[in-house]
Amino acid sequence: MNEQNVTNILVVGIGGQGVMTATEILAQAAIALGHDVKKTEVAGMAQRGGVVSSHLRFGPKVLSPQIMPGTADLLVAFEAAEGLRWCHMLKPGGLVLLNTAHLVPPVVDLGLYDYPADPIAEIRARGFEVRAFDAMKIALELGDVRLGNTVMLGAMADHLPFPAETLLDAIVKRFAARKPQMVELNRQAFEAGRAAEKAAAQAKEEVTA
Amino acid sequence: MASVMPAPSQSRLFLSGNEAVARAVWESGCKVAAAYPGTPSTEMLEVLSTYPDIYTEWSVNEKVSLEVAIGAAFAGSRAFCAMKHVGMNVASDALMTLTLTGVIGGLVIAIADDVGLSSSQNEQDSRFWGRFAHVPVFEPSDSQEAYEMTKLAFDFSEKHQVPVILRMTTRINHVKALVTVGERMPHDNPGGFKKDPARWVMTPAGAGRRIPLMFERDAILLAEAESSPLNVVESGSDRRVGFVASGPAWMHVREAFPAMPALKLGFSCPVPVEKIRAFAKTVERLVVVEEVEPLVEKELKAAGIACHGKDILPKQGELAPNVLKPAIARLLGEPVPENLAKPAPVFPRPPTMCVACPHLGVYYTLSQIKNLTISGDIGCYTLGAGHPWNALDTTISMGASMGIALGLDKGRGEADKDKRILAVIGDSTFLHMGMQGLLDIVYNRGNVTVLLLDNRAVGMTGGQPDPGSGRDIHGEPAPRVDFAKLVEALGVKKERIHVVDPYQLPVLFKTIREEIKVPEVSVIITDQPCVLIDDYKKQKPYAVIDEKCTGCGNCVEVGCPAIHVTRREKAVKPSGKEVELQFVRIETSVCTGCGLCVQPCAPEAIVHADPRQPMRLVKH
Ligand SMILES: Cc1ncc(C[n+]2csc(CCOP(=O)(O)OP(=O)(O)O)c2C)c(N)n1
Ligand code: SF4
Ligand code: SF4
Ligand code: SF4
Repeated sequence: MNEQNVTNILVVGIGGQGVMTATEILAQAAIALGHDVKKTEVAGMAQRGGVVSSHLRFGPKVLSPQIMPGTADLLVAFEAAEGLRWCHMLKPGGLVLLNTAHLVPPVVDLGLYDYPADPIAEIRARGFEVRAFDAMKIALELGDVRLGNTVMLGAMADHLPFPAETLLDAIVKRFAARKPQMVELNRQAFEAGRAAEKAAAQAKEEVTA
Repeated sequence: MASVMPAPSQSRLFLSGNEAVARAVWESGCKVAAAYPGTPSTEMLEVLSTYPDIYTEWSVNEKVSLEVAIGAAFAGSRAFCAMKHVGMNVASDALMTLTLTGVIGGLVIAIADDVGLSSSQNEQDSRFWGRFAHVPVFEPSDSQEAYEMTKLAFDFSEKHQVPVILRMTTRINHVKALVTVGERMPHDNPGGFKKDPARWVMTPAGAGRRIPLMFERDAILLAEAESSPLNVVESGSDRRVGFVASGPAWMHVREAFPAMPALKLGFSCPVPVEKIRAFAKTVERLVVVEEVEPLVEKELKAAGIACHGKDILPKQGELAPNVLKPAIARLLGEPVPENLAKPAPVFPRPPTMCVACPHLGVYYTLSQIKNLTISGDIGCYTLGAGHPWNALDTTISMGASMGIALGLDKGRGEADKDKRILAVIGDSTFLHMGMQGLLDIVYNRGNVTVLLLDNRAVGMTGGQPDPGSGRDIHGEPAPRVDFAKLVEALGVKKERIHVVDPYQLPVLFKTIREEIKVPEVSVIITDQPCVLIDDYKKQKPYAVIDEKCTGCGNCVEVGCPAIHVTRREKAVKPSGKEVELQFVRIETSVCTGCGLCVQPCAPEAIVHADPRQPMRLVKH
């Protein structure tokens, strides 16, 4: 947080991963708490596999909707290389919650570019903390890849300036209105994401201990 | 019928700029709203079409959409029209005379500038139209303002019988924020259309009589701008710099320099020069922050008001706090905050065509044919210029593929005398502005092979329907244009018109090969739907049998994003030539079974994924 008491959360990934939905739910949670909220994304032709970066800012009063480089409080990366691409947006020493999936674009398949050998190590080398887990695997174990964004929301839950329950409420509300049969699964995905993030934090401590 | 947003008055909704404008248009009692899709403006009409009691349409192009709105406003009703910035280039012929007739019912034209080029072919500044056409321009700086200014714009338009331009940018259209909304107010139109040829029929004599009225109106608009509550000063204690800013730049200025005074231009054309002159006297230096062109800056300088602007700020792109802060620090002779945060070099992710896109087969085929010059157009198929196809040579503006192809044909130099000229155009682009160009090719006996890629949708902007879809803006059945008949009516010989399935590579290849040899105009129409729309039907997915894959890489040349290279190997052919082998896998979970990649795979390594053993077949 900064002088204006505004929280900056950057959620990144690629088109079709549900990045914008995740930020939308996060925004609803912040609104429910009475915050002023602005959300912006650059996703011009996102449906065709492009980069999506979704900025969420909330606090007593939000002016510019854009998070400036070096000022994000939290970076949530739905894809490993995207975590690396956007980590400069974090405040020094900031935290990245990262889905370990590697989604390789056609330009890499065609041999025009390389996929970074170890994106997580590179992010850490830049002085940021990374908590990494396989959100796709968790979602698949629950039976549906589309739960991936709820897993990611769960992972964020303990890093927000409000209780995890507020975020869970926003998820439940959204699904209760659209797909009531999905409420229970999403609840599970949320808890699984939360647990995965905690486990990743612990693993990190053991390594550094 | 219930409203889609049955929000009671005073409730706060989380709306994008586009949604906020739609809400305000509806609340203003608007009767007719028309648009042609274009990022970042598209959602305005998309959302409006879900409201009750308002007529909405996807028009064939922006000029027609504006004309529909003009007709409704002449008839005394409130009307709305939305477009992306380049749309006004197409519509401006109507605008430039509309300014002489003016309107009866309020007419608001929302123009969305793509500052930052998220998805456009240029970054032009629509505020110019306000000067060129002598009409007022309002510039919201977030969703709440977009909502309020739209409502004000309708009232203002009626009060002065002038169309109002609402100038937005991507950073307004696509940003969500909280908006306090109201109720729909009915708009009265008791009089209806009143015959008045001196006003509605713009002959030279008629126009000559109305031009002085336009100049009189200029003076009135200026007085309105000078006193408008949309132009306000926010005071500040640090008077070393005072800002004049509009649109999203206003928010960036307030964010970056909360202690410095600033004047917001919400009603930015005509420029309220005297208000700014008075403000300038209260600060040490004046800095104009405007995206993109220095319009206000130049007008202030012409009025003798000293200011900074594009001498210290970029003439391109968004003016976000990280751009503004160093510029102002330099101006004040302060140490420039060092940019610690440098992005890591990571491969780009340019947009790709969708898995199984019907355009893939066309570009695969074109990439296999030599000696072509390919005049392209705007749509998803513009991506054919990229890898792996590299099969598109020009793109300028919508419909331009036709005229440019004819020009390439007529203007060919000695080096190009054996080149075949091909033009590639999508259905929506053809109907927007391409069919006139084709008529020109026919009439002037051009030698061009036209590929008309009919995917029954405006794919690029998200799959909206067009007159080739057989559906209207609400998804209801609508008359559907018959492209084969249409091009025949334009004069293309019947035997030179072919309708082909773009997933049948041999047929496509043969048809193109034959038609480029014929020295006259031919049209090849492809007939498979965009994968985004309901007409598209998925089929059984495929997978690669590892043991059978020889690494020939043919399937990679198709360019389907479901195909991934798993490893590369150098090998020496019997001829002694060194080649690079590419072994692949198909991401079966996203493959929709279009069958394109199967066709160039000689060893038949691509087979239907076995639902009982999916893991074996999709292993890396
Ligand atoms: C004057 C103008 N209006 C709108 C646009 C936005 N736009 C880009 S491509 C396109 C149409 C694409 O549809 P189509 O030609 O059917 O090709 P597809 O994307 O479906 O392949 C539109 C509306 C534009 N670039 N220029
Ligand atoms: S949106 Fe439609 S036309 Fe565009 S790339 Fe995807 S399938 Fe092809
Ligand atoms: S075309 Fe067939 S053999 Fe060649 S790389 Fe693709 S799957 Fe392998
Ligand atoms: S069959 Fe081949 S080209 Fe078609 S969707 Fe599947 S992987 Fe892509």
